[in-house]
Amino acid sequence: MDTKETVLSILSDLTGSDLSNNMDENLFDDGLLDSMGSVQLLLQIQSEMGISVPVSEFVRSEWDTPNKIIAKVDSMK
Amino acid sequence: MLSFTPYENPTYFVILGIALIPLVIGLLYGKRSHLYETLVSLAFLLLTFGGPKWSTQGVALVVYIIFEMLLTWGYSVYRKRGQNKGYIFYFAVILAILPLTIVKVTPAVDGGNNSLIGFLGISYLTFRAVQTIMEIRDGTIKNFSLKIFIPFMLFFPTISSGPIDRYRRFEGDFTTVPDQDKYLKMLGKGLHYIFLGFLYKFLLAYFFGTILMPKLAHTAMIHRGGFLDLSWSVLGYMYCYSADLFFDFAGYSLFAVGISYFMGIETPMNFNRPWQSKNIKDFWNRWHITLSFWFRDFIFMRLVFWFMKHKTFKKPTTTSNVVYFINMGIMGFWHGVTWFYITYGLFHAAALIINDAWLRYKKKHQDSIPHNKFTEYFAIFFTANVVCFSFLIFSGFLNTLWFTK
Repeated sequence: MDTKETVLSILSDLTGSDLSNNMDENLFDDGLLDSMGSVQLLLQIQSEMGISVPVSEFVRSEWDTPNKIIAKVDSMK
Repeated sequence: MLSFTPYENPTYFVILGIALIPLVIGLLYGKRSHLYETLVSLAFLLLTFGGPKWSTQGVALVVYIIFEMLLTWGYSVYRKRGQNKGYIFYFAVILAILPLTIVKVTPAVDGGNNSLIGFLGISYLTFRAVQTIMEIRDGTIKNFSLKIFIPFMLFFPTISSGPIDRYRRFEGDFTTVPDQDKYLKMLGKGLHYIFLGFLYKFLLAYFFGTILMPKLAHTAMIHRGGFLDLSWSVLGYMYCYSADLFFDFAGYSLFAVGISYFMGIETPMNFNRPWQSKNIKDFWNRWHITLSFWFRDFIFMRLVFWFMKHKTFKKPTTTSNVVYFINMGIMGFWHGVTWFYITYGLFHAAALIINDAWLRYKKKHQDSIPHNKFTEYFAIFFTANVVCFSFLIFSGFLNTLWFTK
């Protein structure tokens, strides 16, 4: 699976919504993600893709839409 | 010798205004003089901690700064060598919060006496030191430098009560000069914030805190004797105290941010219309934001991360509920070791947990729960009242009401 598919599947598990048509939706404004969800996201990225992201790397404004998350993950590969 | 509490009186603002003129002109022409900034900072630190306060506050500040400086610098050297032992990190964090812990615990165990090592703003400096150590551990701060750390710790506009900036963010602003267009906008905003701060602190907070509140406190004390000693005056006190707390602290924060902008540093805002919060979680994204985000990033998320990685609890909701209690409990404790501060923290933990459970329930039953303008206004009204009640606990007035003669 490529990054996009993996990230979308993690997000759909976490938020209960399919976001493939809302790639620029702000996940925090909509209440789909919160701090708890963010940590789960980081842990899932680590376990499914082997990319470890320290919590201090997590700046909300850089991780708030599916597109941004995918770009972030790609940049850390 | 002159001595001030920051932002408390007109003379302070006049001296500050004059001292900032060369700095503002410099920034307008694209120049930042760290030498002049250091001199201004030293002068204002002396005005705050020197003179009559030197022996009770100044010395403590100097010793504290040297201690935190050696600690963070030592830890950064250790990390640069490529070492990363967990126990060294925990030890460094414990050492960093040790002075603050002593200051907070001393009055509770020593009959109300204040610790000798305390000074105005110690907790805000500790937040900055601890986050620096944590980010050095994570490797997000790679080139730690005392030339940044010292001005970051001692940045005088925010030294006494925040807002709590972050090392990397501060470094970015401190080592560059905003271009002229941007800086002009910052000056405009800064001036606006300062005047709004005057309105908040010297008019509204004065009215609620100095004029109205003592009267309500007095009548509430007279009308004791009923159920839990409650009376309408206690309710009045609750709203009045909440208004005073908000206008006083938001006013102070506006000054601190405004002055930072004048110095070309975009210190983050501390309040964002907290009385329009639609639930308690939303409230903590809007109230004392830099503190709440500090707790979110350096306690809540880290503890959740740790618990989930070690699979301590089966369900994510259990994890988050436990961490809410730890997180808000520490926040309560940080305000001071009294029953009302700690209850305040635990009350907010409970409110956050109930709120999360309600949001989950609402999501499941979307179709059967009405949502309209009325429910939205009701949510805002309800949240504001829960918050005001928590501030009544926080105020310590119940302590006076119940436990004094």
